[in-house]
Amino acid sequence: MPSKEVYSWLRTRFFPHMWCPGCGHGIVMHALLRALVDLEKDQNNTVIASGIGCSSRLPGYIDACTMHTTHGRSLGFATGIKMSKPELTVIDVMGDGDCSAIGGNHFIHACRRNIDITAIVMNNNIYGMTGGQASPTTPGGALATTAPYGAIDPTFDICRLAEGAGATFVARTTIANPKQAEKFIVDAVKHKGFSVVEIVSSCHTQFGRKNNRKTPISNIEYLKSASVMKEKAKDMSPEDLLGKIVVGEFVNKVAPEYTEQYLAMTKKVREA
Amino acid sequence: MGKVAFWQGNEALAMGALAAGCNFFGGYPITPSTEIAEKMAEELPKIDGRFIQMEDEIAAIAATIGASIAGSKSLTATSGPGFSLKQENLGLAYEAEVPMVLVDVMRGGPSTGLPTKAAQQDVMQARWGTHGDHGTIAYAPSSVEECYSLAIEAFNSAERYRQPVLIMSDAEIGHMREKIEIPEPGSFKIVNRKRPSVEPDKFLAYAADPDDDIPAMASFGDGYRWHVTGLTHNDWGFPTNNGDEIDKKMRRLMRKIDRFRDDIVKYDTLFAEDAEVLIVSYGSVARSSTRAVKDARARNIKAGHFRPITLWPFPDKELEKLARKVKTIIVPELNCGQLVHEVERAVHGKAKVVSATLVNGELFHPSEILEKITQEVR
Repeated sequence: MPSKEVYSWLRTRFFPHMWCPGCGHGIVMHALLRALVDLEKDQNNTVIASGIGCSSRLPGYIDACTMHTTHGRSLGFATGIKMSKPELTVIDVMGDGDCSAIGGNHFIHACRRNIDITAIVMNNNIYGMTGGQASPTTPGGALATTAPYGAIDPTFDICRLAEGAGATFVARTTIANPKQAEKFIVDAVKHKGFSVVEIVSSCHTQFGRKNNRKTPISNIEYLKSASVMKEKAKDMSPEDLLGKIVVGEFVNKVAPEYTEQYLAMTKKVREA
Repeated sequence: MGKVAFWQGNEALAMGALAAGCNFFGGYPITPSTEIAEKMAEELPKIDGRFIQMEDEIAAIAATIGASIAGSKSLTATSGPGFSLKQENLGLAYEAEVPMVLVDVMRGGPSTGLPTKAAQQDVMQARWGTHGDHGTIAYAPSSVEECYSLAIEAFNSAERYRQPVLIMSDAEIGHMREKIEIPEPGSFKIVNRKRPSVEPDKFLAYAADPDDDIPAMASFGDGYRWHVTGLTHNDWGFPTNNGDEIDKKMRRLMRKIDRFRDDIVKYDTLFAEDAEVLIVSYGSVARSSTRAVKDARARNIKAGHFRPITLWPFPDKELEKLARKVKTIIVPELNCGQLVHEVERAVHGKAKVVSATLVNGELFHPSEILEKITQEVR
């Protein structure tokens, strides 16, 4: 059960939520809310944005300034809000398709700008809401309705993508480790700049039933057994790392933040 | 009398937006609209406004909408291909009732088309470009001065009716330079969106006032917590599958524009009262028509001009009144015939309607329109 503090962040009026029983996304939402409580954030000054998909229904259940936008585009909306009111805490939740397929361009450019927004990518390796189509993170060989003979597309590593594009805080964990998820979200929100927390989630309904992980618990067990801390992964061969999920904090560096840069520039212009 | 300037249409449009209180621009370069972004990039920092060049047209309008939700008066500008890209998020702004202004400086199409040549091929896209039903407000300036004044009017309408408003300029209007008398601040009306009058805990984000069908709008960060969604939603702003709630939302979205149609519609006439031949044209074409009508009058031909300033809502009632008295209506357009269908609908058989189209990238020469007029009175 959520704590009293977490409970006060919920729009229980809109329950029951639309996620399947056993969906991994609820664990992400709880971790996010615990993080916001830990950080003593003000609900009036916290924005939670999203695009489209199962993940993107999350903001609606949160009693804050929430925004459910178009598929893949949420970072554009979030950027407008942050530029308009840099004092707001802006968090953007997205799914794997949302972030790395249709929203890929927006994602890399938000990373590049290093704008102070936290992106939480709920990666369940599938398009769940539309019924189980392959996404850019569907593992090779996995079955999906649009990959009935097994996916052949190479996958995106969202954390490496974020790092390459210039995000200044990047971490990955799974729903099997909700404490670590909470900690990474706390660190990401505290971080000044664009931060990315990929949380490997699960979809037993659309991914699991075709890929031998039919029950919620089998997904949690899989995520536990497949997770490898980055410190350990360092010494493992590429063959040993096949099918593993490397978790940990990958990037945490200081770089100029976009809205600060912008405001400093406008100040100079006005003083000139 | 204000100061006099010699401005380009795009520049006047940017300055008009600033005069209206615009303090955010989300943009992406595209010919022939780019000067609007460039002007905003230069001017906004001076007033502590925000300018951002986004990664594409889609993100540019997304940022524009986001800024408005946070309380800014926001603008984006584009041309054909960018207008197509923006349609998806434009729909979100209609559905979520977010005020903002979008400028489309029209060029020839389809696709990349004719980037540097004026056209009027996006008139129907302005009305129906994004999927789903919605009311449309779209202005067509035909002078540099009007780029300025309609930018103010567009922001006022966006704020008042709580929806995106379009300015359908074209390459000719956007790029030409003219003298403009800049109105003194305070000499024109500025409208700001209606703010909630209830305490935050009583706030229903999409409960509309029955007097105007427009919900009060809070901004993110001002103490009101609410939910924005592109899904059809109820008064709470939460997605609904309830038929009554869906119907209520959809009907109101249309009604909030329909009921104020007479306030929104703008048009201009020249020698229309006793005209036997009436030209209906807008944007850059209206300038050729004005010359042609004057030349016709000099030849004792009773020609007149009717210029829709709002393409949407179309001034149909007003045109219909004139149609009862004229013999022929000629509709010159820089497309293969788009607004002529609205003219035919408005006129409803009361006058002969002739479409005159030009799609070779050139402008109508006044003599070409005069020739059409003389053909009709022969």
